[in-house]
Amino acid sequence: MVRVYISSVIDAGADTVWSRIRDFNGLPAWHPGIADSRIENSEPADKIGCVRHFHTRDGGTIRERLLALSDYEYSCTYAILDSPMGVENYVATLKLTPVTDGARTFAEWSAEFDCDEDRAAQLSEQIGGGVFQGGFDALKRHFGGRR
Amino acid sequence: MLQRVVRSTVIDAPIERVWAVLRDFNSHDQWHDVVETSRIEGGESPAQVGCVRNFTLKDGHRIREQLLALSDEQHSSTYCIVEATVPLQRYVATVTLKPVTDGNRTFWHWESTFDTPPGRERELRDMVAQGVYEAGFANLRRHLLGSSDTRAAPAGRVAGRPPGEPLPARQMRVSSHGGAERLQPADGQAPPPGPGEVRIRQRAVGVNFIDIYMRRGWLPGLFPLPGVPGMEAAGAVLDVGDGVSGLLPGDRVAYLWAQPGAYCSVRTVPADQVLRLPAQIEDEQAAALLLKGLTADCLLHDLGRVRPGMKVLVHAAAGGVGLLVGNWARALGAQVMGTVSTEAKARIAREHGCEQVVVASDYRFADAVRQHFGGGADLVIDGLGQAAQQENMAALARCGHWISLGQASGPLAPIDPDALVAKSLTFSRPVVFDYVATRTQRQERAQRLWDALNAGRIRVPPIERFALDAAARAHERLESRGSAGALVLLA
Repeated sequence: MVRVYISSVIDAGADTVWSRIRDFNGLPAWHPGIADSRIENSEPADKIGCVRHFHTRDGGTIRERLLALSDYEYSCTYAILDSPMGVENYVATLKLTPVTDGARTFAEWSAEFDCDEDRAAQLSEQIGGGVFQGGFDALKRHFGGRR
Repeated sequence: MLQRVVRSTVIDAPIERVWAVLRDFNSHDQWHDVVETSRIEGGESPAQVGCVRNFTLKDGHRIREQLLALSDEQHSSTYCIVEATVPLQRYVATVTLKPVTDGNRTFWHWESTFDTPPGRERELRDMVAQGVYEAGFANLRRHLLGSSDTRAAPAGRVAGRPPGEPLPARQMRVSSHGGAERLQPADGQAPPPGPGEVRIRQRAVGVNFIDIYMRRGWLPGLFPLPGVPGMEAAGAVLDVGDGVSGLLPGDRVAYLWAQPGAYCSVRTVPADQVLRLPAQIEDEQAAALLLKGLTADCLLHDLGRVRPGMKVLVHAAAGGVGLLVGNWARALGAQVMGTVSTEAKARIAREHGCEQVVVASDYRFADAVRQHFGGGADLVIDGLGQAAQQENMAALARCGHWISLGQASGPLAPIDPDALVAKSLTFSRPVVFDYVATRTQRQERAQRLWDALNAGRIRVPPIERFALDAAARAHERLESRGSAGALVLLA
């Protein structure tokens, strides 16, 4: 089992950040690596069990199932069904926690998955350093210039 | 009804350092101001789950608390009150730390649930939230600053004072224009931060040629006497005024500000001018790099529009700005030639990416430049001033651009437009502060600088350090043309 963990601090309140990332079908609106997204079978994007079908900017197709969504905990958990990455049993959680001194948010994005041993380091970097950090960097840019 | 209190913050230190203090169940008398004494009953280890600590508080209260859980893996500690003279009932609290992986900082979450006697809910919630948790955040920040850096000791003392008082500040003051000896130490004050301001305990102050121009009286409008020179510094936030967001006491910061006054130990500045420092940038590096690096960024990206293959001539190529400009221009694909005054400096310039270096202590370089570049330079970045004016004109290629950044050898004489028309030359006389006038510009340029350093595209120039009180020696060194790299004053 490979575990990836990335965290950051974003200069906006948790409610504000959550409203930007909550939509399971909304990755293209805030994540620079995602080109388009749709929910299969016309289901609502906040129905547990729905499947998002999206394309990365480099052309990859990924399908992910929503496993848990909590507006109380500001967290979202999902699993990969199909992807070109070569990972198995991939489950990821994106979670926000308010920082009470100042309107800031502690953001965590973690994943666990299985893969060929010799690809673990490269996949960790691609997922953690690329996808997760890339998403946080975009959020920091978006909220950083608001003051 | 069960009360719940949650407080959290971000500490600018790696999780290991914060956890080393917080995992010690018997440490609070060393860092938390409300705790007078702490001991573990029965001589047990503070890492023993089930052990009981016995606190005497500064206000005379006594509390016995038992450790219920401790996890070095989760960085968390849970404890309850078993007996107390304060009316907190069924009190259970958990401290959890999490790493902030981008920036190597620590998220600290502290929460508890408890009962209170009827009618005292709010009072006791506030006591726990502010008196214990928020005060604890501030106290631990101060503790970490004090233990990591002995020079931060004065910051520890001032942080313990009531807010709203002016603080003593050592300053280097100029009372009359002239030589370096006019810089004299003086005892001044840093006022408490007003709305939109922060007060900074400065650790390192950048020395720039503009400071010398001000001391000499070349920029009288910008530097009325008596005055304190200095445009940039780095350090830690002591306290913040009303309406300031995104900056907290203990944050590591740097600023550059068009208003001189940075040659001092404590300074109050507009929060708008202040940038948080990435964890990997040291105070001295920030003070050495901020103004010079942002200058290089303006010169190369905005004014010079440097492209691969462009022929760039950098004067004073081993100086603070010169090294950064040469280094960065090369990284952008330009051909870089530099002038320096000594062989030793030529070596340093070469180490920082300058392909061709001319030792031209007599300001004669045009022939060498035309020969090396086969026609002349597309861009000249010049801090030399009057003594090099004719040579610069001669060294430029057709449609070349001469950017006059400084005038170390003396103020430039007026330039005849006909001298430009001969080769369709462009002459620019920029002041960096016009290019960093908005907060967004400062942030974007600084981010580009930190990114370039992080990625290894540019290197930190050598740094010469002087005590704040020795600012006059730093000026002499810079004026003598004997220094290479950047100079900083340590406050």
